Amino acid sequence: MSVELDVFVVNTTIMDEEVYQLWLDGYTVNDAVKVRMEGGVLEGCEASAEVLHSDTMDQYRTFQMCERLLHSPVKLANQLLFQIPPHRQVMLIERYYAFDSVFVREVLGKKLSKGTKKDLDDVSAKTGVTLKSCRRQFDNFKRVFKVVEELKGPLVENIRQHFLLSDKLARDYAAIVFFANNRFETGKKKLHYLTFQDFAFCAGQLISNWTVGALGDYNMVEDMDVDLEKEFLQDLKELKILITDRDLLDQHKSLVCTALRGKTKAFNEMEANFKNLSRGLVNIAAKLTNTKEVRDFFIDLVEKFIEPCRSDKWTAGDMRLYLTHYTNSAHVLDTFKHQVVWDRYMGVIKSCILKMYHD
Amino acid sequence: MPGKLKAKIVAGRHLPVMDRASDLTDAFVEVKFGNTTFKTDVYPKSLNPQWNSEWFKFEVDDEDLQDEPLQITVLDHDTYSANDAIGKVYIDIDPLLSSEAATVISGWFPIYDTIHGIRGEINVLVKVDLFNDLNRFRQSSCGVKFFCTTSIPRCYRAALVHGFVEELVVNEDPEYQWIDRIRTPRASNEARQRLISLMSGELQRKIGLKVLEMGGNAVVGYLQCFDLEGESGLVVRAIGTACTLDKLIPGSASNTNTHPNTAPASNACNSPSKEIKESPLAHGCRSSHNSPVHSACSSQRLSHSQNFSVSVPTLVFTGMGSGISVGKEAGPLKTLLRQQAQSALEQREFPFFTLTCFPPGFLVHIGGVVSARSVKLLDRIHNPDEPETRDAWWEEIRQEIKSHAKALGCHAVVGYSESTTICEEVCILSASGTAAMLNPRFMREGCLDAGGSDQRLSRQPPLGMVGSERAEGEVSSSWLGFDDASPPSCGFCHIPYDEFNMPFPAQLTYCYHCRRQKVPDVLFTTIDLPAEAAVTGKGCLIQARLCRTKKKAQGEVNATAISNLLPFMEYELHTQLMNKLKLRCMNALFGLRIQISVGENMLLGLASATGVYLSALPAPGGIQIAGKTPSDLSYDQHISTMQKRINDTIAMNKELYNIHPPECIEEVVGSPIPDRQRSRLFRSTSESSDELSELDLSHGKKDAFVLEIDDTDAVEDIQSLLTDAPMPAGFYSCNTEVMPGIYNWTSGLQMFTSVRVYRLNNANLTNQGLNKIFTDLCENLLKSLYFKLRSMIPCCLCHLNFTVAVPEEELIQVAVTAVAMSFDKETQLAADKALNKGSGENEEQLQFSMELCGESTSSNNQPTAKPSGLPESAMTHSSSRDRCSTWLELLRLKAHTIRRGSVKTSRRTQSLANSASSSERCSPLPEVRSRSLRSTRSLPCGAPVTVVKMTPLSFLPRTRIVKYLGIINMFFIRETTSLREEGGVSGFLHSFIAEVFAMVRAHVAALGGNAVVSYSMKECVFMENPNKNQAQCLINVSGDAVIFVRESDQEAIPPLITCGQTSTTGADGTT
Repeated sequence: MSVELDVFVVNTTIMDEEVYQLWLDGYTVNDAVKVRMEGGVLEGCEASAEVLHSDTMDQYRTFQMCERLLHSPVKLANQLLFQIPPHRQVMLIERYYAFDSVFVREVLGKKLSKGTKKDLDDVSAKTGVTLKSCRRQFDNFKRVFKVVEELKGPLVENIRQHFLLSDKLARDYAAIVFFANNRFETGKKKLHYLTFQDFAFCAGQLISNWTVGALGDYNMVEDMDVDLEKEFLQDLKELKILITDRDLLDQHKSLVCTALRGKTKAFNEMEANFKNLSRGLVNIAAKLTNTKEVRDFFIDLVEKFIEPCRSDKWTAGDMRLYLTHYTNSAHVLDTFKHQVVWDRYMGVIKSCILKMYHD
Repeated sequence: MPGKLKAKIVAGRHLPVMDRASDLTDAFVEVKFGNTTFKTDVYPKSLNPQWNSEWFKFEVDDEDLQDEPLQITVLDHDTYSANDAIGKVYIDIDPLLSSEAATVISGWFPIYDTIHGIRGEINVLVKVDLFNDLNRFRQSSCGVKFFCTTSIPRCYRAALVHGFVEELVVNEDPEYQWIDRIRTPRASNEARQRLISLMSGELQRKIGLKVLEMGGNAVVGYLQCFDLEGESGLVVRAIGTACTLDKLIPGSASNTNTHPNTAPASNACNSPSKEIKESPLAHGCRSSHNSPVHSACSSQRLSHSQNFSVSVPTLVFTGMGSGISVGKEAGPLKTLLRQQAQSALEQREFPFFTLTCFPPGFLVHIGGVVSARSVKLLDRIHNPDEPETRDAWWEEIRQEIKSHAKALGCHAVVGYSESTTICEEVCILSASGTAAMLNPRFMREGCLDAGGSDQRLSRQPPLGMVGSERAEGEVSSSWLGFDDASPPSCGFCHIPYDEFNMPFPAQLTYCYHCRRQKVPDVLFTTIDLPAEAAVTGKGCLIQARLCRTKKKAQGEVNATAISNLLPFMEYELHTQLMNKLKLRCMNALFGLRIQISVGENMLLGLASATGVYLSALPAPGGIQIAGKTPSDLSYDQHISTMQKRINDTIAMNKELYNIHPPECIEEVVGSPIPDRQRSRLFRSTSESSDELSELDLSHGKKDAFVLEIDDTDAVEDIQSLLTDAPMPAGFYSCNTEVMPGIYNWTSGLQMFTSVRVYRLNNANLTNQGLNKIFTDLCENLLKSLYFKLRSMIPCCLCHLNFTVAVPEEELIQVAVTAVAMSFDKETQLAADKALNKGSGENEEQLQFSMELCGESTSSNNQPTAKPSGLPESAMTHSSSRDRCSTWLELLRLKAHTIRRGSVKTSRRTQSLANSASSSERCSPLPEVRSRSLRSTRSLPCGAPVTVVKMTPLSFLPRTRIVKYLGIINMFFIRETTSLREEGGVSGFLHSFIAEVFAMVRAHVAALGGNAVVSYSMKECVFMENPNKNQAQCLINVSGDAVIFVRESDQEAIPPLITCGQTSTTGADGTT
């Protein structure tokens, strides 16, 4: 005797969150049954593996039918096929769009193209995330990217409205879209120690300070939050004076050193390295007009600034102290006229470096 | 031109992409009614078109309004080739024709295509302007309300119950027409859907006409079915109970609206009067083959029809033999019809009620289950306009039922239903119901006004019995005397037949409740547990399952084989039920449904019922196992182990179901405890002559229900009896509306449909093998349900009715639609404790059931309720196997009694001890409780889609139904030619059922409703051809669309309610 057909349909669609997660994680039905058995779901129930299998199948089918709707979450709310209580809808969407941080680290900053998708099996092998799950996550990135690409207005808000995601998740997606759009390099070995959340934080800083939208200029330009503001990048070139003008450089150094003296154990190293570090930061700023260089923004930050500091054993406190004084001292320089640009630049740089300065 | 139908197409959304090039669609809509079609403009290049059309107006007869659905077709405009259909929406406008139902249909409907399923949604507005029709000879019956609910709908009061209405219409099935060979599957499916929609409309209209003729204004317990007879046609038939309903005024409704039981019923036909006359004396166990119909046919037996009288009451083959012409064939039928015409009224109208729930005290006595089956050979319906053959078939069956009821001393049949099962050209027609005596007090017309004047009284409203003066007189003289004295909580258990001349052998004792009247030891019924019934402990679902192999055959040989098997099956199902009932220490079955399904090489039987312990009936005896050949020690040991297991199970079940009748020794002086009576019952499979002799020998020697272990079958059967898996903790189940012993429902409920198809891989299975498989699959399905619904714990699965079918050789299909309702554990525990403390559970049970029915009136029952708790007591086992000279006779007797419903195998007697404490338990507690009910969940507000609850029950716990919007009766076909791509058969059916739910919800929401009650899936025909990657499925669902309000916020929603209008069709409209 074999079961040819076995369905169970409810009026108010109930979904077991655990099974949903297994489905999202790309488990096959059989594997999911195994996991559930080990999880002890049968304890206290007079049920067999058969029952569990049937239940898992039913739920998997329901998820598959829902998947189409999850691709445009707004539809989920006014579709008629499944009657799902609103709080469950929120859960379904949030979980569907959730992603593994190991996975996203692999594709962050890559072009969301077919080519990348083809390489997902490597990613899967490397990260231990199932291929199915990788594909779902990748497709989610791509879908969000495509939708917001053509929309005007603030990025996070657009994502939140079109995909009904929580603020946190919408911000993460904004970061992913931002990285994909600007193709920031994140895969180099030196960057491996950085987590997705580090990058997401930086992306948030960049979006809210360096893009067109950052100025509060809401005349709804396309991609206002996705592209860095051209004018600003041009202006950044002016900062070069800080390293090209010897007087300025010395003046800057003495101001910073005066302020730091006696406040940190790493003072000697700071004093010794000041010129190098300053050159590093200002050069990064000057290069940003070139899109290719933009991609190397994070690797540059690490190579030109974070690594030297780390080898000198700066503490996080040292770093904060140094950057604060480094930024503020520039204001006292008489001949330095680019205070606004400088602040806009250093504000982001400071918070990014502070975020990225860890092991 | 008495009506103007107006429709407006507002917008569409989520349309499918029809133009691959642009990924968009150029959609327009055709609106068709009858032969008139309107079109909207094309809304180019959009998946969310905004047509915002003008009002399309159709001026039509109201006859057409009733028959025709409004057809809305969404198409994709194509400049160069034919326009592509996206899908359709059929809207039944019947709800708009009644002033009390919906006034407008407005909302989003899923656009449905039989090949692709739901493809987007369309927003439609529909209104109807009806002009007054003064034509007395009209063909329409606009305004007659239809309810699937099998009790008087809440928020109505039954002024009169007129009685049984039935109708059937036949047509050729488009699937079998020649044109079907050349048209697309889509066209064919649509032709079928359209036809069935038309036929349903026509059927409702015709039934409505009958109701108007009778003077009624509504049909309650409306049951419509399809018979897909294949080549020989398509039959749509319906039965129902005609009533005159008065709308209750919301202001005074606080405690009456929730009443389910405002249902007086009466027979419109006075036919039973004659029977009533003889009933006090009538004891005849009239076997069905003696019925007049039968003899009428048997004269023709050799030529065209044939009778079999082994417990398949009627077996008529028509069209037997190849040389028989149509004209000849009609011969016997004509004769039959002529005969019937002689007693026109009597023959045409039956004292049947499709209702299953009645006002307290309405049922005087219940005789038992009456059922009749008849095996027919299908033949092409030659003239659709005169569906005489099918009519005559049902006529026969109903006569059969009527005579069975008469034999049980009853003048009415309640909880009546009809069904068919078809395999190739063989069709089994079945009808069943519960023979009952109805309270003559309720049938006096004089009571009508009294009922109306007082809300409390109106709960037990009077009944009109049309033209039944004669009957009344007789009935009241014979019954009134004790009626007034007998407490309602046990009165219905008292036997309606004469104890000295019983229609079947049964052991009678004095009622354990009132000690005044005789009761049987076991009671089987098809109705719901009466609200006033005194019950001990909780109830549970009891199923008997049976599989019988059959040789493949054709035509009459096949029919004969089937009809020969039927009595055995009925008998065995009955034995199983009885055993399982005893194993659970219960003594009554409610909601009994016995379904027999035919396949090419097997027959399936499934009986479901809810077992309870009725306090008025004697305690059931245990089950004893007897070895047939007490030879060696190990065998004896084996038997004693088995016996121990059975005893343990019984003890465990008592605990589980909280059945604690106080163990009372036969003490009370003068209590009429009859002598112990003994009997034994034989397992049905062991029919050999030597056993029979043993039967006689052992008669009177054994105390309990005895199971003979005489062969391996029996051992297996006992094993299977014991291996019925116990329900997991926190679960209860029943197949009736309410579960005895649970009363504190929360508003949490979950309606579900589950379908399984099993393939039997090994062809040569024995009956035992098949039985095991069948039992396992039912058990597994139940286990699966328990597992899936575990988050609802503590909960009860209600209305758990399985439907079995044998769609193909080697395939078994089981479908179930039920509802899981959770209840509040804390209060339940407290109540159980209180129950156990006191001696009498009865009042508690009473409270609960009243509350469930939404009646919070203990005071109503108080005067009549038993004034004391009843300690149950004293076991006396007895049973009723009287001498049977041959096994066949035994079998026949058994089979008849199944139909009659009350085979007694053992019983206990009990004595009465009045306990003072119980009167306190009659306190108005339920009122308090129901007032304090709080809904624990609220409708999600701001949700763009109205939440529509669905339930197979007639009520939603903790809510009040404020308006009935009309009947939902929908038929869908879904077909696929890409089965694998749609996820195989399971994926295909899963999405289809989900789509059906969605379409039902959408229609309810468009009517302005927020729930469907009395929902059922009446048909689910699934066919597959995996080799061709194809599958097809037909589903028919029905229910009542309603608006409910939560009990806690009923004040908040009045704007929604437009039920201020009261029907004025009043009480005087009839009789």
